[in-house]
Amino acid sequence: MPILEIAVKFGTYAVMAGILIFALGVVTLRNLFHCALCLAAALIGTAVIYVVLQAEYLAAIQILLYAGAVVTLIIFAIMLTEHLAETTIRQNNSQSPLAITGLLGLVALLTVLILRTPWPVTQTALKAKVSVMGLGKALMGTYAFPFEVISIILIAALIGTVVIAKKDDPEERL
Amino acid sequence: MIVLPLSHILIFSLLLFAIGIYGALVRRNIIGILISIELMLNAANINLIAFSKYTSLSPETGQIFALFVIAIAATAAAVGLAIVLALYRIRKTVQANEVNLLKW
Repeated sequence: MPILEIAVKFGTYAVMAGILIFALGVVTLRNLFHCALCLAAALIGTAVIYVVLQAEYLAAIQILLYAGAVVTLIIFAIMLTEHLAETTIRQNNSQSPLAITGLLGLVALLTVLILRTPWPVTQTALKAKVSVMGLGKALMGTYAFPFEVISIILIAALIGTVVIAKKDDPEERL
Repeated sequence: MIVLPLSHILIFSLLLFAIGIYGALVRRNIIGILISIELMLNAANINLIAFSKYTSLSPETGQIFALFVIAIAATAAAVGLAIVLALYRIRKTVQANEVNLLKW
């Protein structure tokens, strides 16, 4: 095995471990602002995984949309509700042991299933290259209808967000 | 150059998903729950792209669906956080267990 492949392999495992550690930080840290920063780190690590899986366009979208827009939005929301999200307030409810028990069972079951299933990994799929042009053609050809539905959902969500979040002060009404 | 076996990626995304579920179950802060949901969607995206890379007949399909998932996640975050802000303005709280208006 060439030295480069070994380096990529261990680098990928290191990035995976880093993502899991940051994800644990997201769900356990008491200060929500730190949680949001951990989320940003985990999302950027996921973009690295996408590059390893040869989905470069998705990696760019991931950083632009997730690590850029969504994390900014979350940080704004944390800032606007900040003094309630301070570290003195308990952040977790008392369901933690029950949740851990159930999730360990789920993880064990699904790990056994994943390891026992004969995945149909084909050499043609491994060799196939996905270009941005191919993605665009698929988006505008085969998946044109879902694409249009997504655009309707986006405009509906935009209008709905403005309507929900705007100040509803009765004195300001005419 | 694909060097990892598919099952390792699937187990990794399973662990990420489990951590997300844990956060969504255990957090009291609504923003914390939303962040955990983003983690879960992210794990699902990794699965989609891994399957489209390793097993798919048409290699674009998984990536297109991951794009759709990212778009839906962005709208979900925007609408959810708007609801949190409206709730904060009316009830002065963002703790999920203190929002019990419909509970009796």
